[in-house]
Amino acid sequence: MNIRNLISYGLLILILGLVQILFLKNLAVFGHAFGFVYLLGLLILPSTIRTIPLMLIAFCLGFILDVFFETIGMHTAAATLFAFLKPIWLKAASPTGGFDEAEEPSLGQIGFGRYISYAFPLLFVYALAFFIADQWGIGGFFGVLSKSFFSALFTLILTLVVQLLFFSRKRGI
Amino acid sequence: MLRILEFLYRVRAFLLFAFLEFLAIWMIVANNSPQGAAFFNSSNELVGNALKKQADVVQFFSLADANVALVDENASLKQELLRLQVKPDSISLAIDSTLKATFELKGARVVANSLRFSQNYLTLYKGAKDGIKPGMGVFNAQGIVGRVKSVSENYSVAFSVLNTSLLISAKIKSSEVFGSVQWDGGNTSEVQLLYVPRHVKATKGDTVITSGFNAVFPEGLLIGQISKVEVNKKDPNYLAITVKLSTDFSKLTYVYLVENTQFQEIDSLYRQSDLINEY
Repeated sequence: MNIRNLISYGLLILILGLVQILFLKNLAVFGHAFGFVYLLGLLILPSTIRTIPLMLIAFCLGFILDVFFETIGMHTAAATLFAFLKPIWLKAASPTGGFDEAEEPSLGQIGFGRYISYAFPLLFVYALAFFIADQWGIGGFFGVLSKSFFSALFTLILTLVVQLLFFSRKRGI
Repeated sequence: MLRILEFLYRVRAFLLFAFLEFLAIWMIVANNSPQGAAFFNSSNELVGNALKKQADVVQFFSLADANVALVDENASLKQELLRLQVKPDSISLAIDSTLKATFELKGARVVANSLRFSQNYLTLYKGAKDGIKPGMGVFNAQGIVGRVKSVSENYSVAFSVLNTSLLISAKIKSSEVFGSVQWDGGNTSEVQLLYVPRHVKATKGDTVITSGFNAVFPEGLLIGQISKVEVNKKDPNYLAITVKLSTDFSKLTYVYLVENTQFQEIDSLYRQSDLINEY
């Protein structure tokens, strides 16, 4: 990963974080589906980044978001879990040959079907962890489950829209 | 020994994962206990500033609504003032200290507000510098809003009524029966009135107000209207009463903070007699 990529990833995460904090804080479609669009920044980080730095990045991102959202610890816990599972899931879901070293798991690189099958389960796990922490002791099991499902779906749609609109097909960002 | 170290090195990612998760869960627990001190929140200077910048832009568009509400309130206050003014042909006597005002009010601007979680908080643009203290009650012209949790130099964070860990002492206005108001985490325009015994006759449309039994809110602040009365399924000795909130939490711009100047005295009295004060 060269310095140019590093800067563009940093910029992407910064912009997604700002969008998340400024616009998506009190937005919930039908009071049910939350958008966690900042996860796109973690999703498309190249597979060369190892678990430990990835987890540290996710922990910091989740924590910053928590301070703004007044939900201390919830996004942090969910994002750390997300980062821990991402490399494992990527390895399990990748073709037998494995990904190329430099390949990033974004829509333009791995295609529509594989992107969805890679991103959706991770987003669902993230949402599930978040809502379990949020609804601890009050929400019913099915309430948490349906909120997680629709939030994961909504987030997936948001990440698809962002990638289709702003990413060029060839180069990733 | 070397084997153990090797093994630990091999599972280092998982160990770090477990450690970070433990840290996050500890933060959740520490932040959610109503008495526990909050270490990081939006009363932080940097975060508060960013949220205020956002509120500056967003609230610009609701200025007209805010103005109408303020004018309405001004009018009703003027009316009250006219009624209370001393007539020229009468005298006023200072009878005794029971008539002394025990509540002090302050105004503040809301810079951040959440509705969508089960633990919702407000961030207010007024802090320790302006005399805000943890434990003060928050309300606006429509009804109650919450209670201050923690304070920094310029900002403060308050529990919203839409926070499942906040209990507020309330009563039904017509029958003077008291209970506690708590949000159940569902609909953001409704709260539950708990601990009302079954023999009480509560009807749809009755007004619910603060009881004044706690040391936070003065008596008689509006909470809402009863919208549904059922028998509690879990404990048939009590009624399950649903109250429609009079405050519109999606449109909070300005709020009042109330401080009971005799809070210390009441609180130390409660402590002496080993009572736990509910808010």
